[in-house]
This record gives sequence, C-alpha cells and structure tokens, in this order.
Amino acid sequence: MSIFNPPVKWLEAPHGYERVWIGIALAWCLVLSAAMPYWHFKGRQTSSGEAYAVTPADFDARVTRFVEANQVDTRSGLPVVQAPPGGDIYMIGKLWQWFPILKLKKGVEYRLHLSSFDYQHGFSLQPMNMNFQVLPGYDHVLTFTPAEAGEFHIICNEFCGGGHSTMTGLIIVEE
Amino acid sequence: MGNMQKDKMRVCSTTGLPVCLNAELFIKLNAVFGVVALLVGSVAAILLALTRWETVALLNPLGYYQVITLHGLNMLIFWILFMEMAILYFCSTTLLNSRNFSNALSWGQFGLMAIGMVAVEYSVLAGRASVTMTSYVPLEAKQEFYLGLILFAVGALLGVVNFFGGLYIAKRDKTYKGAIPLVVFGALAAAIIAVFTIVHGALVLIPTWLWSIGVLENPPDAAWYRLIWWGLGHCSQQINVCAMVAVWYFLATLTTGAKPLNQTVCRFAFLMYILFINLASAHHLLVDPGVGSAWKMWNTSYALYLAVLASMIHGFTVPASVEAAQRKKGIGGLFGWLTKAPWKDPGFAAFFLSLIIFGFGGGITGVTLGTHQINIIAHNTLRIPGHFHVTVAGGTSLAFMGLAYYVVPLIFRKEYPLRPLARLQPYIFGFGIVLMAIGMTLAGSLGVPRRHPDIDFTGARIAVDMGEAAPFLAMLGIGGTIAALGALIFVVLTVWAVFLGKTNKGRAMTSWQTPEQDRVTKSLMSSGWNPNEKGLKPKGTVVLTFIFLASFAVYYFSNWKALVDVWPVK
Repeated sequence: MSIFNPPVKWLEAPHGYERVWIGIALAWCLVLSAAMPYWHFKGRQTSSGEAYAVTPADFDARVTRFVEANQVDTRSGLPVVQAPPGGDIYMIGKLWQWFPILKLKKGVEYRLHLSSFDYQHGFSLQPMNMNFQVLPGYDHVLTFTPAEAGEFHIICNEFCGGGHSTMTGLIIVEE
Repeated sequence: MGNMQKDKMRVCSTTGLPVCLNAELFIKLNAVFGVVALLVGSVAAILLALTRWETVALLNPLGYYQVITLHGLNMLIFWILFMEMAILYFCSTTLLNSRNFSNALSWGQFGLMAIGMVAVEYSVLAGRASVTMTSYVPLEAKQEFYLGLILFAVGALLGVVNFFGGLYIAKRDKTYKGAIPLVVFGALAAAIIAVFTIVHGALVLIPTWLWSIGVLENPPDAAWYRLIWWGLGHCSQQINVCAMVAVWYFLATLTTGAKPLNQTVCRFAFLMYILFINLASAHHLLVDPGVGSAWKMWNTSYALYLAVLASMIHGFTVPASVEAAQRKKGIGGLFGWLTKAPWKDPGFAAFFLSLIIFGFGGGITGVTLGTHQINIIAHNTLRIPGHFHVTVAGGTSLAFMGLAYYVVPLIFRKEYPLRPLARLQPYIFGFGIVLMAIGMTLAGSLGVPRRHPDIDFTGARIAVDMGEAAPFLAMLGIGGTIAALGALIFVVLTVWAVFLGKTNKGRAMTSWQTPEQDRVTKSLMSSGWNPNEKGLKPKGTVVLTFIFLASFAVYYFSNWKALVDVWPVK
C-alpha cells in the first residue's frame, strides 16, 4: 500500500512489463534529447539568443537614424523603411506600436535588431506564427530570411500594459 | 510506537489511522483558504472565458488584464499551495503515526500565507496590480502586491520546515518501522523542490519590492528577472506534479486497494523529479535574447529528459497498480479493470481522469512546446495556456478535488450533500478543461496570443484580423465556462459539507462505492497480497501506454514538420 510503510527490504530491481516500459521510455527520452542538437546542425530555424546590451534611449536613436536614412513611404502614419538587402534592420517596440514598417526582399537574409523602449514585448510574426521575446536593455538580433512575398503582421504577445491589445506592426516582403 | 498524546489525537473511524488533532486543525484551515481561492479563481475564470469567446466579449481590455491577474494568482498560487500545505500536515502526522512538529510554526505558516493572500487580493481587486501573474519588470505593481507574495512564500517555507521537523521527530521517536510510505516520500520530494522554489521567489521579489517602495532606483534587469522568476514559477509547477502524483498513489490505494508493483521504481522516479527538474526553467526563455542555443538545449533536457522519464514511469506504475488490484479481485479481460472500476466514486473518477488528462494532454504538449526550436511557433500563443490547463487544472486541481471527497468525510468528519451531483462533478470539470484546452491549442496554432482580450485588435493603427480562429475561441469560451461551473459545483458542495453537512463522528464515512466494491477493496487493503503474482500482469496498462507513446510521437513529429514551413531564422 502506498500509504503504509513498505516492507523493510523494499529495494528491488524492476521486472516484467514495468522493466520493459522503463527501457522504452528511456529510449524515447534519448530520441527527444537528440532531436534538438540534430535540428541545431541540420534545421533552418532556431533561436540563438544573439543579443547586445543597449540602453533604450540609444536603441531608439539608432532606429531614428535608420528610419531617416532609408524611409521610402508613409502608411497609417508610420514610416515605411526599405532597408539595403542583406543589411542590418531595426525595429523597436514602444507603447503601443511596432516601429517602423519594414519593406524587405524575398529570399534575402537580414539581421533584424529588436528591442523595447519601455516594457517587455512579444514579437509575434503572423501568419507564420514565429515568436520572439523583446526586452528593454537587450538588442536581440534575429538573422532571418523572408521566404515568401506579401504583407505580414506583427502583434505583441507579451502583456505590456493597458494598450497591449492594440500593439501591431507590419513587414512588407517584395519579390 | 506513536508519539501523539492521548488527548491530542483520535482514531479514524473509517480507516483506523491515527489523526493528530493539531495537524487536523491546520489541515482544515489551509483547506478552507484553498477552497476560497478556488472560488475567487473560478469566478474570474468564467469572466475570462466569456471575454475570449468573441460572440460574448464580456470585459474591456483593462478589466480583462485585472481579472487574468486575479485568476492566475488564485488558481496557480493560492488554491494549490494551501492544499499542498494541508497535504504536508497529513503526510507528516497520520501516515507516520506522529504528532504535528510545532504549532507555533504552523500558526506562522497559516498566518503569513493568509495575510499574504489578503494583501494580494486587495491589490489586484483595487486595480493596483494589473501586471498578470508573472509581473514582468519594468511593469510595476503597488508595493503590497510584492510584499503579499513575499509573506505568502515565507509562510509556505515555514510549512515546509514544519514538515521536515515532523519527519525528524517521527524518525527520532521511532513511530514507524523501516522506510516512510510512498505517499510521504512523494510529499517529501515536493517539499524539497519547494525550498529552492521559494528561494528563487525571495531572490526575485525582494529587489522588486524594494524598487516599488523607492529604496532601489531601478527595477531588476528584465532578462535576469525572467530567469529567476521562472525558478519560482516553473519549479512550483514541479511541486504540483509531485504532490499530484502522491495524491494519485493515495487515491489509488484508498479507492481500489492498489499497491505499487515496485516501491524502488516509484521512489526512484520521485528522486528524478528532485534531481532533474528544470532549476533554470529554460522552457520559458527558449526564444529570449541573451541566452544561447547550447544553454537552451541543455537546460531544456538536462541531456536526457530524466524528469520526463520519471513522469512516464509514474504514468505506467499508477494505472498498473490499479489494474493489478482489480485483477486480484477477480476482474478479468484486457480492460475489465477499467470498465468495472468505481467510476461513481468521485475520488476515483477525479484521480483517473487527472491521470489521463495530465498524461495525454499535459505531458505530450509540455515536452513538445518545451523543445528549444519548436518553441518558436508556440511561445506566448494560446498554445501555452492550452498546455498548462491540462497539467495544473485538469491534472493537479482535479486530483486535489478527488482528494477532498475523502478529506472532508475523514478529517472534517462531514458528509457531502447532493451525492449524485458530487459523483458527476469530476466529469463536468474534466470535460470542460479538455474542451477549453483543445480550443486554446488550435487557436494558438493560428497565432492567437495568450493574455490578450480579443482577436480583432480594436484600436490598432495597423489593422490585424484573426477571425479564422473564432470557432476555436468559442470552444475555449464554452469549455472554460463548463470547467469553471464544475469547479464552482465542487466549491459549493464542499463548503456546504464542511459547514452544514451531516456529521459522521464515531462511525465510518458513507462510502462512495457500492457495498460490494467497498467490501472487496477493504478486504484487499487488509490482506497482504503481492501485486506481482502470476495472473495479475497489467496487460491493459501496456496497451494504454503504447497508445500514449504513439500519440506522443505523432504530436511531437508533426510539430517539427510545422516548424519546417516557417521562415529560416537563427
């Protein structure tokens, strides 16, 4: 009984079906463990967590310079910024907007710098449903390649105060 | 033998076990506060479910954030920890034939936790702390929110110390022979994990509190806060797992007469929980900046996923022990042990549903979502609450409800009213939780975020519409409402039983089972049978576990397949 004291000599090796199940479960756990390193080397999606310390004010200034140098249009009152293919691009989460709108080329690799001006934010790119954490004080670099053309929305999926549900953004990918 | 004084104990009229009256008082106090928290959390749950159900859309965003803070804290912290305190008192006294270690410590435990809970409830209800349960800095709540949580954690630590003291005096006074019972061993594992969980809580909440009162100029670093907070937040879920598994073993014995096939295996599995639990709680930081791939992979699996192995072992040994007991009673066939199980006993129903929901729902989704790279397509979407509602609500809470159907008659010595409704309650709650979790998982797969009041993003400068998720959010709303009603039925029946129920003092509790089931279970419990005898082989459990493994593999690999389809990123 599990509520009474066990026999004084309770130490015994597993046997029968129980032993077989433990073996199978262990083998499955090995598969689970091997899958992540395998994907790390063979797969094309990972979160390497590359990041650099930056103050919110400094990062905001970099975003401003980036926008001033590369703005091509305005939409919904926000600058649309066309970055040089393959270069560094910037986006900041600010109460309550992803800023600016980015215009990218399909199939080109970019280094996207993400940070927050205030609270923690969640960068959630839809409809692919790719999600990354954005923290104040951290320049989070995602090296990524847009694989298809079209308009892709960003929502915020980390609670960031009263206007959280209105925090959206846009990435435009051209052929 | 026992070290209880004659005037401070009684012998249970149903089980013949000794009950320490001091411990009994604290079991009652903690259980009552736990149920109050469940009541508050359930009302909040209905409001949330009816908000996310787009057709109803009950609360405005600010109300939603306030209520989600209330719901998370009451359900995940207050209800569960008060119940766990009650379990610790029970395990270190009745099951060890020993007295409560220290009434002063026990009052400290209960008093601090009660004050802490009241402070937090006030803060949230007054709108001074709509920061959600995680209160990620630099979001700021008013000081009593952090202080309340700190007091609550210190109280819990005193409860754990009292439990360790109880184990010590029982050993010293030789109140039992040999090793401690398996259920106490499980509670011990939970208590050990609780110590380092609470240390994490102190580390993260004390500087945050100092910042909230202006002693520190700046809030803690956002990434540091997340790392340490999840040492509190994730490890506390491992306490729940330990406590839940201990309750499974307890209810399996009480409702079917089950006996573990192999004590070494069960204890080793508990030991693995202590050793291989995610100290760093990397599962929550898998797409965070500042921590690298190697760190994420190592801390997700500790190379071998041995904590997962532990759960897979319990997932076999618990049903196998029930199957062996049922076969010993002469029930044959591959699944006769299940079809002829005491399904009308809410203690058994809650326990077995908890086992199935936790294993098939919570376990499979948990490992999959906690896989480093797969987390990219899951982090902070509704898939996450879809996972933890089938671990912590459908698993732990349901198991604790099953426990209450025995604690109230045995400790409070009061009978449940409306017994047919009580028999139905675990099914209502379990069904609601599963329906809601499936809705959440499907909506989350379409990108719908958690902690978010709507999917039409009213007021956003750049319009976004996730209307295709509406049917799944309706599932969430309907399932969540049913589950919350199931929890409220439990609260009403339990409060009714405790305060107005018929007493059973001096006689055995009214059994939940048929006289025949009751008789064979009791005679099995009092006989020294061997669960490994020939003819008791748990063949049905083997089939169940293989169905489990196949479901696991299908879900796991289809998630890798889904990951292939998103943009390359590193």
